[in-house]
Amino acid sequence: MLSARDLTKEYQSGTTRLAVLKLVSFDIPQGSFVSIVGPSGSGKTTLLGLLAGLDTPSGGSVTLDGTDLTRLTEDERALVRGEKVGFIFQTFQLIPTLTAMENVQVPLELRGESGSAERAHSLLTRVGLADRMDHFPTQLSGGEQQRVAIARAFSNSPRILFADEPTGNLDGDTGARIVELLEELNRESGSTIIIVTHDITLAQRAGRMIRLKDGVVVEDVSKPAA
Amino acid sequence: MSVPQQGQKRWSKIAGLAWRESRTARRRLLLYMSSISLGVAALVAIDSFASNVQQSIRAQARDLMGGDVSFSSNAKLSAPLQSVLDSLNTHGMPVATVVSFISMASDTRSGGTRLAQIKAVTTGYPFYGNIVTAPEGQWARLQQGPYAIVDPALLIALDAKVGDSLAIGYVKFEIIGAVKSMAGQSDASLVMAPRVFLPDRYASETQLLGFGSRASYEWLVKLPPTITSTNFVKPLRPKFQNEHVRVVTVVQRETNIAESVQQLADFLGIVGLIALLLGGIGVASGVNAFVTRKIDTVAVLRCLGATSGQVLAIYVAQSAVMGFIGAAAGVLLGIAIQFALPVAIKNFLPLDVSVTIDWRAISMGLAIGVWVALVFALRPLLALRRVSPLQALRRDTAALDAERNKDVATHLVNIALIGSVLLLAFQRAGSLRRGAMFAAGIGGSMLVLWLSAAALSYVARRVVTPRWPYVIRQGVANLYRPANQTRSVVLALGFGAFLVSTLYLVQANLLKQFEVTAAQSKANLIFFDIQDDQRAGLDSILKSQGQRALGYTPIITMKVSAINGRTPAAWAASQGIPANNWALRREFRSTFRDTIVATEKITDGKWFGSAQLPDSLSELSLEESPASEMHVKVGDIITWDVQGVPVSTQITSLRSVNWGRFEPNFFAVLQPKALKDAPRTYATIAAVQSDSVIALLQRSSVARFPNISSMDLSLVRRTIGQIVAEVSVAVRFLALFSLAMGIPVLFSAVAATRRDRLREGVLLKTLGATSRQIARILLSEYALLGALGALTGMVLSFAGAWGLVHFIFGGTFAPALLPAAMIALAMMALAIAIGLLTGRDVFRETPMAALRES
Repeated sequence: MLSARDLTKEYQSGTTRLAVLKLVSFDIPQGSFVSIVGPSGSGKTTLLGLLAGLDTPSGGSVTLDGTDLTRLTEDERALVRGEKVGFIFQTFQLIPTLTAMENVQVPLELRGESGSAERAHSLLTRVGLADRMDHFPTQLSGGEQQRVAIARAFSNSPRILFADEPTGNLDGDTGARIVELLEELNRESGSTIIIVTHDITLAQRAGRMIRLKDGVVVEDVSKPAA
Repeated sequence: MSVPQQGQKRWSKIAGLAWRESRTARRRLLLYMSSISLGVAALVAIDSFASNVQQSIRAQARDLMGGDVSFSSNAKLSAPLQSVLDSLNTHGMPVATVVSFISMASDTRSGGTRLAQIKAVTTGYPFYGNIVTAPEGQWARLQQGPYAIVDPALLIALDAKVGDSLAIGYVKFEIIGAVKSMAGQSDASLVMAPRVFLPDRYASETQLLGFGSRASYEWLVKLPPTITSTNFVKPLRPKFQNEHVRVVTVVQRETNIAESVQQLADFLGIVGLIALLLGGIGVASGVNAFVTRKIDTVAVLRCLGATSGQVLAIYVAQSAVMGFIGAAAGVLLGIAIQFALPVAIKNFLPLDVSVTIDWRAISMGLAIGVWVALVFALRPLLALRRVSPLQALRRDTAALDAERNKDVATHLVNIALIGSVLLLAFQRAGSLRRGAMFAAGIGGSMLVLWLSAAALSYVARRVVTPRWPYVIRQGVANLYRPANQTRSVVLALGFGAFLVSTLYLVQANLLKQFEVTAAQSKANLIFFDIQDDQRAGLDSILKSQGQRALGYTPIITMKVSAINGRTPAAWAASQGIPANNWALRREFRSTFRDTIVATEKITDGKWFGSAQLPDSLSELSLEESPASEMHVKVGDIITWDVQGVPVSTQITSLRSVNWGRFEPNFFAVLQPKALKDAPRTYATIAAVQSDSVIALLQRSSVARFPNISSMDLSLVRRTIGQIVAEVSVAVRFLALFSLAMGIPVLFSAVAATRRDRLREGVLLKTLGATSRQIARILLSEYALLGALGALTGMVLSFAGAWGLVHFIFGGTFAPALLPAAMIALAMMALAIAIGLLTGRDVFRETPMAALRES
């Protein structure tokens, strides 16, 4: 369960304080597939950063499985991320000096876990890249890079996965295949998936859609259960 | 699995990740780390070679001295002292004598004449060390008749060969061999006056040891293994020293040589250390650039759960490995230099140096190199801990600078950095005071460079106006825009220019005195040891060749017998001067005259004639250096022992003398009345145009007056010219070495902003800028950076070189503007070349490729 309570984020701009998020609150049960939508500047990415423990709020709290992330230090939050959180970025953010296989291994190696090679191998096979494991990111297409990123995001069996505009840098067909893959993995792993996007078609595929405008939740709708 | 095991496993995984992550950055990181390679090479080469020399000194100290204990004096021993030495022989401690003096040597077959160092030796000399002759085995024959063994340089100078007859004074010797190798003297010192070894029993027959001769005597004692030299001399030293006899044991000799070698090594070590610190700046600049490139990766790692410690560990490990490789490359280069050094400077080495690998120097060089690389790399690397994982979502260029001032670790690294520089300075400089001066010098230079760079940014911001051509405006604006490279480039370039220029200026100043000699002296033939009654004869010899003597200078030998009524020993004790002070013990070769000459300048008091002194006192003008050695000043009374006759003088003036001119100059000049009856010899000079006339005059004078020595100054000048040329080559090599050192450092400094320049240049291209315009923008930026760095470095080098020449070498500093300006220009050209090399990628890259990347 991920809970946001009265989340507020303000930035100092010159002499005035700018509120990017204002008193945002919601609960996301484990295993959900949620999309956060809104126009540019609505506070989507800021909200994602706070929910994932990448940043600290000016007010309010974020609780992941009973742990209040806002009370942790940066390094403690890093450990939580390493254990429970996965990320997918718009620009893929693979480490250019590592192969596809090595990129997927990174979260496990940071935790000092053994068997990382086997796990990476099985995940890359699962995302359809069994024959591209030793390729470097620059040798892969955009869709392939994003699939490596998905494999990496699932390598530590995260409780929750955040995807920031996961199809933003991909063509329509490739984007659709990526979303299908995410949906499948959501079903298979039981991980919570939170997608931040301004693509309303993509957002509507999620089970629940939270709409932001000017830092405030203006809509929070769930699809009726199938 | 236990917790420690889990931790161990985690760190081993991190190490693997660090290694894999470095894959594409290794070459670049290695380039940055190579900044320290030349510094490490210098330290290893200098330390290893110094250690080799020290070992060789220890191994060859007895060979160098020829005995266990040496007694030496400018006069024969008094009867009681002589009987002490004679008695040693009967107690199983053989004594060998060496009488050395300067004389003309002429080959009777070729007619060649040359000033030589005559060494009349007794049987047994040397007790240690092997003298190899050509033909072989001739040394054993030396004592069997009127034979001579000479240095090969003399054979060449006289056009002589083995078997010829060599006239020394009034005796003819058969040359039975040439010295092929012998411990104790460098080739360079033999060029001026090659040696002639004779049996001692013929020395008096040459009639060159009489009045006016400048013979020195040495008695070498061989001790049985049961007696140490230190214990042996303990009871004898006071007796001998009271009669101005120097007593030196093999241990002292070893220490003396070792100390002078160490001093030279310390000085060169400081040069090496500066090179290493310059390399450190290169590492810091390069790693800074590296860090900028790694922000995205670090942000991703942070998102994936890496703690700040893990991130730091990954990049510190990479830097440490590359730093180790950079330092190891430096070690290999240093060893190569160490092996090349004895070959390059063999003419100046007084002993055979056996080159061996010195593991202490190597491990020290490696450790210092890795440490300097790490401590300089750590400062920029620490910034990676502050990279926020949010950077993976949105780029924030200011992310690295945030909160740097509040970071305790940054302060600790700063302290470690300053502490390391101080520690290294103390270790290299050999003393706290010199180390502190050295560290302050480096700190001061850096501060001046940093301030001048800050001033350039400030001025650039204020002078740019829209009226300027766009490309110039853009180039100048690069000097103050955010994330500019003004400080790092000026620091690296200025420090490099400072180092190279200082080296050159010190060399130029040290060698200048020789050039002065060559330029100013017209006289090129000097005669000395002329007896009163030989002057007319010498005049007629000169006249026969259309020449004339340019005045005769009387020379009187004398010693200090009292200062202000106290014996030299009592005076030394009262002034806290060592009893064996050279000025108190030396035999002064003085003159008398009424007038001051062109090579002298009064620095205190007044020249003769103004003081009202009693008849018993004469006026004395003393050169500054013995005056300061003896702690005497104007008004003090010095009583001289002029060959047994006491002569009292009062110092009425102190002089500085330009010794660079080969003309008769003196420490002590007395009023004529003081010495009018003293026994004397004369020296004279002549200006002779042709070399053949010089040779003819030397032959004629030695044929008629064997006791008169003469020296061809043009030959001396040529010889000095050769030595100067060899030293210049060595120093130029050092300067080139320093220049080479500047290149990777500059590359690293420029690399820090290379990506920004690249992105900006490509954007400009996209907007329609031509390659030529971009080249001009880069040119104006780097020309300004180069000019400021090089000029500041040049100004600093004047201060640095003045300090070294004044405090370390005790000379007068004269700035050599033209060469320093040339070095500054070269450094500027280097900056522009490196800047334009950076631009090469801008010219090559298509706008699309770069925009896609950004």
